[in-house]
Amino acid sequence: MSKGLHVVQGKDQRPSSLTIRGLTVSYGADPAVFSVDLDVYPDTMTAIIGPNGAGKSTMLKAAMGIIPRLSGQIQVLSRPLEEQRSAIAYVPQRASIDWDFPATVQDVVMMGLYPKLGLLGRINANHKAQVTSALDRVGMLDFAKRQIGQLSGGQQQRVFLARALVQDAQVYLLDEPFAGVDAATEKAIITVLHDLRSTGKTVVVVHHDLATVIDYFDQVILINKSIIAAGPTQDVFTTENLQLAYGGRLAATQLDVVGL
Amino acid sequence: MMGQEFFVLSFPPLVIGIFASIACALPGNFLILRKQALIGDALSHVVLPGIVVAFVITGAITTWPMMLGALSAAFLAIALIQAVQRIGRIEQGAAMGVVFTTMFALGVLLLEMTDTSKVHLDVEHALYGSLESLIWIDSYGWQSLLSIEDLSYMPVELWRMVGVCSVIVIFVVLFWRPLTLISFDEGFARTQGMRTNVMSTLLIGLSALAAIAAFDAVGSIIVIAMFICPPATARLMTNSLERQVWLSLVIASVSTVIGYYLAAYGPLVVGFEESLSAAGMIATVSGVFLALAALFGSHRKSNS
Repeated sequence: MSKGLHVVQGKDQRPSSLTIRGLTVSYGADPAVFSVDLDVYPDTMTAIIGPNGAGKSTMLKAAMGIIPRLSGQIQVLSRPLEEQRSAIAYVPQRASIDWDFPATVQDVVMMGLYPKLGLLGRINANHKAQVTSALDRVGMLDFAKRQIGQLSGGQQQRVFLARALVQDAQVYLLDEPFAGVDAATEKAIITVLHDLRSTGKTVVVVHHDLATVIDYFDQVILINKSIIAAGPTQDVFTTENLQLAYGGRLAATQLDVVGL
Repeated sequence: MMGQEFFVLSFPPLVIGIFASIACALPGNFLILRKQALIGDALSHVVLPGIVVAFVITGAITTWPMMLGALSAAFLAIALIQAVQRIGRIEQGAAMGVVFTTMFALGVLLLEMTDTSKVHLDVEHALYGSLESLIWIDSYGWQSLLSIEDLSYMPVELWRMVGVCSVIVIFVVLFWRPLTLISFDEGFARTQGMRTNVMSTLLIGLSALAAIAAFDAVGSIIVIAMFICPPATARLMTNSLERQVWLSLVIASVSTVIGYYLAAYGPLVVGFEESLSAAGMIATVSGVFLALAALFGSHRKSNS
């Protein structure tokens, strides 16, 4: 694969909250994600960036077991993923869902509690309060009883974030949460994510807007099938690395916008 | 009013019809939400070759071999659909269309090559079933419902249908949350460690069970209609999954009752001598309900 410049994350001595070793995913003959090793730490907010088709979402989905992996070990908080499901909250791409599904906003957020409720566990006042509080945090409380299909794209995204919040996880993984959302939603989501980081959670976001990387994220993972570079934003988010990841597809003007 | 005649002639077909409708409509709710409505169609068709093969092997129409034959055919069909999908790289709907029409055609050919003249097994029976022929000879009115001896003369299809329907009701109640999750957001369900493949196989397996049990009594036409029409009608009338499911059961039952009586007495009213096929009429009524909901339903389409 490409001669990637690996920024080794040797400085951090804490146990990583998400560890990926040797992750390879393949749809056909060619690997979509090749031999990825990663460590993500608590109190950080990481952007996964790379060109279209670079395997950003695929890597995340394979790491979470949504799509099968050819090889690779995943650990969450130093234990195998299978034992740590409750520590993970995953927010899929909005477009992957049929929003005509017969459910209200609060129904969808309540689904975040299903794993804790089990098959027949009763929904009590405490559970309802958690749903209310999560909706309040993302500014969607007024829409609690609204049918999900009647929401704007940004509102739908916030509902998904609320569902992740009620899961009360340690690691939050979001797939393109800012795709096609309004400015108010973007601001609301980033505020919540920064709150999560400041309370010791780990936030990983598949991100497509290079212009906001420096503002939003303290860590960056650059990927194009395999890892190009990973580490603190100021070390990794450089012109050279971006050119490596995007294969020279970024014009000088684009790099200006990015702030480099 | 509810005299002996009702219990002898109408009670068994009505009860069997209602339980068959509910057994199909209940999983149908989740199939349509998962965009798998055609699965019901496919299952009800592929049952035929399975039943014919079972008949060829055992030489008689007996419940268990036929159930087994039909169930194996259903699972063979699901495997074939997935194989066609993967090897041919075509979408699921097309793969289903290819597999179930081929298997149904195979069933019809097998049927013609087999001597089934002595038994009640032909293409017409496969399509329309024999709802009207399921009668309760030894009933003496409603009192017979309390008599174990009289109840033992009830058509065996009734008990089978009640049993299958109960299994499906228990399954849906118990697995309501997983079923909701895999229908709405399968990826999320997997991140929570749910075995979504097991869950969807169970859903399809129970749909197959409903299709098989209903097929024998009421024919595939009702099965196809009931998997899709009542849930789709209900979906157009509410935005709550729970209400949708309840409504679909009411619509399925009401379609059955109206369809049964329309078939039996409708033609007489307009001056025809013979009654019509109850199964065909029930399917038609459920289709009319769907058409009405499509035109006037309160929750026809959101603005997404």
